[in-house]
Amino acid sequence: MSATSQHADATPLTMSGAEVVLRALKEQGVEVIFGYPGGAVLPIYDAIFQQNAIRHILVRHEQAAVHAAEGYARSTGKVGVVLVTSGPGATNAVTGLVDALMDSIPVVCLTGQVPTHLIGNDAFQEADTTGITRPATKHNYLVKKSGDLARVVHEAFHVARSGRPGPVVIDLPKDILINKAPYTEAPPPEQPHRSYRPQTEPDMAQIRKAVALLKAAKKPVVYAGGGVINAGPEASALLTQFVRMTGFPCTNTLMGLGAYPSSDPQFIGMLGMHGTYEANLVMHGCDVMLNIGARFDDRVTGKLTHFSPGSKKIHADIDPSSINKNVKVDVPIVGDAGRVLAALIAAWKDDPAPPDREALAAWWRQIDAWRAKDCLHYVQSGSIIKPQHAVKRLYEITRELGRETFVTTEVGQHQMWAAQYFGFEKPNRWMTSGGLGTMGYGLPAAMGVQIAHPDALVIDIAGEASILMNIQEMGTLAQYRLPVKVFILNNEYMGMVRQWQELLHGGRYSESYSAALPDFVKLAESFHAVGMRATSADDLDRVIREMIAIDKPVIADICVDQKENCFPMIPSGAAHNEMILGPGQEGGVAGVTDEGKVLV
Amino acid sequence: MPDPTDNNMRAATIAVLVENEAGVLARVIGLFSGRGYNIDSLTVAPVDETGRISRITIVTSGTEMVIEQIKAQLDRLVPVHKVSDLTLEGPHLVRELALIKVVGKGDNRVEALRLADAFRARVVDATTESFVFEMTGNADKIDAFCALMRPIGLAEVSRTGAVAIARGVSSIGSFGEG
Ligand SMILES: Cc1cc2nc3c(=O)[nH]c(=O)nc-3n(C[C@H](O)[C@H](O)[C@H](O)COP(=O)(O)OP(=O)(O)OC[C@H]3O[C@@H](n4cnc5c(N)ncnc54)[C@H](O)[C@@H]3O)c2cc1C
Ligand SMILES: Cc1ncc(C[n+]2csc(CCOP(=O)(O)OP(=O)(O)O)c2C)c(N)n1
Ligand SMILES: [Mg+2]
Repeated sequence: MSATSQHADATPLTMSGAEVVLRALKEQGVEVIFGYPGGAVLPIYDAIFQQNAIRHILVRHEQAAVHAAEGYARSTGKVGVVLVTSGPGATNAVTGLVDALMDSIPVVCLTGQVPTHLIGNDAFQEADTTGITRPATKHNYLVKKSGDLARVVHEAFHVARSGRPGPVVIDLPKDILINKAPYTEAPPPEQPHRSYRPQTEPDMAQIRKAVALLKAAKKPVVYAGGGVINAGPEASALLTQFVRMTGFPCTNTLMGLGAYPSSDPQFIGMLGMHGTYEANLVMHGCDVMLNIGARFDDRVTGKLTHFSPGSKKIHADIDPSSINKNVKVDVPIVGDAGRVLAALIAAWKDDPAPPDREALAAWWRQIDAWRAKDCLHYVQSGSIIKPQHAVKRLYEITRELGRETFVTTEVGQHQMWAAQYFGFEKPNRWMTSGGLGTMGYGLPAAMGVQIAHPDALVIDIAGEASILMNIQEMGTLAQYRLPVKVFILNNEYMGMVRQWQELLHGGRYSESYSAALPDFVKLAESFHAVGMRATSADDLDRVIREMIAIDKPVIADICVDQKENCFPMIPSGAAHNEMILGPGQEGGVAGVTDEGKVLV
Repeated sequence: MPDPTDNNMRAATIAVLVENEAGVLARVIGLFSGRGYNIDSLTVAPVDETGRISRITIVTSGTEMVIEQIKAQLDRLVPVHKVSDLTLEGPHLVRELALIKVVGKGDNRVEALRLADAFRARVVDATTESFVFEMTGNADKIDAFCALMRPIGLAEVSRTGAVAIARGVSSIGSFGEG
């Protein structure tokens, strides 16, 4: 215990609970809070009013506060902080919390609560927040004693950022915020938590086993995921070093994009349901797979019984429950991705066995043949803008301008096209809702990114349906002069839903048309932003360049081909080698079984 | 190593040492219901002198892969100190306590007492028309006793669920790791 806490009982208490909370946030290095006020958190708002160290960003909906905190966290590696009131404030935040849980994003969410003596009485704006958020968080707390307050705040940050990161809720009854409370400093980092001690250092025996397998591999692959991003930019640098020294092909999950530079010749693209032909066939045909910081998600494995049937699998993950959950592996390694990669690099150098260069060369010849299929090929002809082309030009123009660029997305086809056609050279530049697939994520997330990186170019690649789910945040952009660019691939459909209906439900487009859309140009203007539109391929470059040049929030309404589908695609219930390619490329629509149809 | 093609179910008696804080039991139970795991029985009580540490004993069943998951999922809960698969770790004792009420008259009472004696069940309450027996044992023994009592007036059963501990010197402690 620190000196302060030992004396806490003896010294007269001078700070209110709310002040203790703010001081603990400061000690934790918090610079910004995304929040929305209400009765139960007024004491904290009062404390915020009386200081300048921490900035508060007033969102327009509590869900957006959490997504903004996620964007902030993912783009900086810091913990994102949210403040909402009791009852509806807390329940509105739940979608954001689950989103952060699924994607392993560190967030601390402070929720107001009715005073302790009223808990359980159905008091005004009471909700059982810890009950509701228990399965929505990595951990949560209800502070019932003033003496616990500071310790709980410090612990919440530790839990949120360490091990497998995730959201943590602290429920704060109003009397605890008003009453005087003792302040205690955060325990020193070397003092372990009583019960929570995630393992970060890998077991060297497992590392050596992994290296022995990798050295002997004839058809290896490195499959790297969001865990590498979670482990910090050093881990991505180590990944790049390891992949280059081994000469192996590398694929990234949707959450892992940017962990390996997309322009590198050893990068074979994203894998999975909408991954590249080459990445999926490499996964299917490999003899040794190194999974680092990815969780064998169903979007990635396809049909489990047919997943990479001939390979030995090494899986490095900081969370033991990710290992052997969906796929049985041969060499499990528990540890932080960065530590694991450093250990792998050292052990690779130490191991005298030479890699099988000849086999590797043959493997690359095979990969190049798959690559030659050019699975992401599309034809932009005539004036109708192909959505792929819109993303590709956006990417090329931002590259040419050379500005630091961050991309967020909503959920749907546009998200997949963004993943396929926008390249990332560095980690933390790509924010997307992968696990929960939350429409409405992208705009608030972009807001959080722009707060953290005021001079960067921040673009939300959106769909016209998704953007309406948190469109109110245009007001936040205006208030704080955040020059976020909303790039809508407007196909007037919930395109991803329409695509499944076309492929799986006989073309019965039940409720997937985006009727009665607003005029996005006027909508932008009414929110004090700039609106622009591209309806023909000739307009596209001009609109993109203008959008980027304007130092204000912009909505660019890009009217794209309404019937375009996203390929390649592994239909639900199919295996990697049963991928559907786009029109004009061989491989027709594989029949989807009923067993496949039950899957999402 | 768990094998996903292995559909053989096994039972597992798992001991979990947890920080005795509000909501910890809800966390454990929520984990089982949320992820669709079986709970055959669950018991909990504080086990250290300060009452800070509780021991939860869970009897569950599943394939080897599911049981591995259950243990990993329990272990990652913040207030969990230790998870121990007693079934896997070797010889261990499992005991359950039951209170069993039998209501009846005449020959049935005599027969009930005779069976109780054979099963080493103790009479802890008696009226002219009823007995309450207390017995400890493993679940099978209690099941068997109840089955025999059913035709002669079994009225009510209250069981604790299993508690378990490893035989011999090996110990998971009662004090967490701190
Ligand atoms: C419409 C739609 C389509 C999709 N299609 C695809 C697709 O085609 N391909 C695809 O890949 N995804 C796709 N997804 C995303 C998919 O649902 C999953 O979110 C994603 O595949 C998971 O990525 P991941 O395996 O990298 O794991 P993450 O969710 O990023 O999890 C990270 C893993 O790393 C571990 N970890 C965390 N921190 C560390 C650390 N410091 N060190 C080591 N390990 C750590 C965690 O325990 C976890 O196991 C799609 C999503 C949507 C919404
Ligand atoms: C909150 C939420 N509701 C429903 C869905 C299911 N869903 C996935 S994609 C999609 C359509 C998205 O349409 P749009 O934003 O226009 O993107 P497009 O697919 O057309 O690019 C829907 C409804 C979801 N992912 N999130
Ligand atoms: Mg659309």
